[in-house]
Amino acid sequence: MPTEIADPRYDYALRPPRLPQPVDESMASQPIDTDIRLGMYRKLHLLRQWSKRAHDLFLQNLVKGTTHLSLGQEAVATGFSTAMRPDDYTFATYRGHAHSLSRGMDPGEALAELLGRSNGVLGGKGGSMHLTDVEKGMMGSYAIIGAHLCIANGAAWSAQMRGTDQVAVCFFGDGTTNIGAFHEALNMAKIWSLPVVFVCENNLYMEYTPIDIVTAVPRPAADRAPAYGLDPIVVDGNDPDAVYLTAKAAIDKARSGGGPSLIEAQTYRHGGHSRADPGKYRPAEEIEAWKGRDPIPMYHDRLLTLGTPEETLTGIEREVAGVVDAATEFAKSGPEPGEAELFRNVWADGGAEWRN
Amino acid sequence: MAELNIAQAINSALDTALSSDDRVLILGEDVGRAGGVFRVTDGLRNRYGAERVVDTPVAESGIIGAAFGLAVAGMRPVAEIQFLGFSYPAYDQIVNHVARIRNRTNHRHTSPMVIRMPYGGGIGAAEHHSESTEAVYVHIPGLKVVVPSTPKDARGLLLAAIEDPDPVIFLEPIRLYRAVKEHVPDIYYTVDIGPLRVEREGSDITLVSWGAMMRETRQAAGILAEAGVSVEVLDLRTLSPLDRDGIVASVEKTGRAVIVHEAPLTAGLGAEIAATIQERALYSLKTPVRRVTGWDTVFPLKRSEHHYLPSVDRIVAAAESALED
Ligand SMILES: Cc1ncc(C[n+]2csc(CCOP(=O)(O)OP(=O)(O)O)c2C)c(N)n1
Ligand SMILES: [Mg+2]
Repeated sequence: MPTEIADPRYDYALRPPRLPQPVDESMASQPIDTDIRLGMYRKLHLLRQWSKRAHDLFLQNLVKGTTHLSLGQEAVATGFSTAMRPDDYTFATYRGHAHSLSRGMDPGEALAELLGRSNGVLGGKGGSMHLTDVEKGMMGSYAIIGAHLCIANGAAWSAQMRGTDQVAVCFFGDGTTNIGAFHEALNMAKIWSLPVVFVCENNLYMEYTPIDIVTAVPRPAADRAPAYGLDPIVVDGNDPDAVYLTAKAAIDKARSGGGPSLIEAQTYRHGGHSRADPGKYRPAEEIEAWKGRDPIPMYHDRLLTLGTPEETLTGIEREVAGVVDAATEFAKSGPEPGEAELFRNVWADGGAEWRN
Repeated sequence: MAELNIAQAINSALDTALSSDDRVLILGEDVGRAGGVFRVTDGLRNRYGAERVVDTPVAESGIIGAAFGLAVAGMRPVAEIQFLGFSYPAYDQIVNHVARIRNRTNHRHTSPMVIRMPYGGGIGAAEHHSESTEAVYVHIPGLKVVVPSTPKDARGLLLAAIEDPDPVIFLEPIRLYRAVKEHVPDIYYTVDIGPLRVEREGSDITLVSWGAMMRETRQAAGILAEAGVSVEVLDLRTLSPLDRDGIVASVEKTGRAVIVHEAPLTAGLGAEIAATIQERALYSLKTPVRRVTGWDTVFPLKRSEHHYLPSVDRIVAAAESALED
């Protein structure tokens, strides 16, 4: 057997690492209320601690199905959700835990849903990849690449027709910029000037393949924007302040009739794509560099520099830990749905009996 | 009350829906000023404005995705796909999302929307414009599938589809669009989604069909009746949910069934109907169930259409062979 030849085209871990930009220190002096900043610090922690707990439960074989965590990418959900109005719409992918929690989904109901329990937010029928909470504006997590960009257009269009000033914000990955639905959606959003903000979370990988080797342009979203008459907007997706300000500008524009935006948030996932994927296809140096740009310690330091006492921050961390523990208890205590659930809510008559 | 053909009856239903429900809007390629490929939406843009009768780009996934987003966010969209054969770029949206959102979200989201699609051959336009792949959608839990064959049913079923809390695939028989006229009430009325219509009562044999093939089925019934056969003709009208009780009741009475459809034989809806009869009315059967269908091949160019489409002769022959047993 000939030994395999090391080839950086296929052994992605041998490729030159793609390193993060340094922190933009001027963000610290942006005029953002301390309350908003502390709120974002709490959200970052909630998303982080909750996701770590979800991963633990997965390793204990309690999670039904799979999980796609966004550890490392929390600043995107945090900044955007903070800039949104409670009645605005969120659309996310299968990597949608952070977007659901950041819109106010109950952490216990969310965790119970991952465990497939009856007390889950969808009664245990949707699971990790489909978290939805209509009352909170979380319009759904969609596990088919690209589809939900078209769907977000529809929701934005509905808001436009009803004259409600609501804005739809739609999150997706870098890999999604290569599917047709992405292009159909951007064109439609632009021609009808829909109140929708498309947010590409560029974490440099589509599943296990580096995005640059499958994409015609260096910046998967930003470099496509001009084709749809949109500005190329790039933001540091690991800086909550930067994300918040960019989000606010795009959402305000959409709300005031200025039409859609496409934003590329540069970020990185600390873990693998899903389940227990160790993410070994990435250069070690790259992973280390991005972990060094972890949004949470950076934001912690920024808040200290801005004068928040350390106790305030530890207080928030402890409070969140309590919330996550309570959520875990709640989730584990839920009953498993019975087999009858299989036939419920297939059609509006409640069931599927007439067909079975 | 006016004399309308199927295309006009559908137009009248859309008109009524747009005028009676602010949440209704129409979207699709060329549906606005042009009035659609078959002029089914003719005049509606002038009456209701470009905001409610919307010309879209050629982007089937985008159209159905947007319609679905409108539906989950409170509107009642009616999307037109130019031909059933053009729905495949939107197949993901229809199957993965439109059909399943109610189940997946445990009822927290629903998708009340209609997808109108002209279907079927006989217009000399080759495969993509002639498809009759209704079984593909009947197979999908969460969807309803409706196919009118008369103007009166067309108006009533479309208004029922727009009211319906589930997503409805509304198939329009292209070659019947302008083939028949009848009195269609202009009051608001609906035809229930689900029950079949016994178009002709008889006791010797049951002919089962729907949509475009109803024309040939009716003609075959006429020929058989002249020869003294008492023929029962069922127009299914709704393919999902399938009116199994109605089919079984008829076959229990006649003991013979011929199923007629335009789609290829294998795994066509006829197979499901025959299986239902076998499961529930086997001991009433005097002879095996016959299927008269399109062939297991690709829909051909114009010169061979007549050979592909089930003919009146083939239906009559199948019925005669059943009656001989
Ligand atoms: C239409 C479709 N094709 C393939 C997949 C399988 N798949 C799941 S995630 C993924 C990669 C997506 O990458 P990206 O858009 O960058 O999102 P990320 O996972 O990095 O958040 C693929 C190919 C899918 N879900 N849908
Ligand atoms: Mg990615």
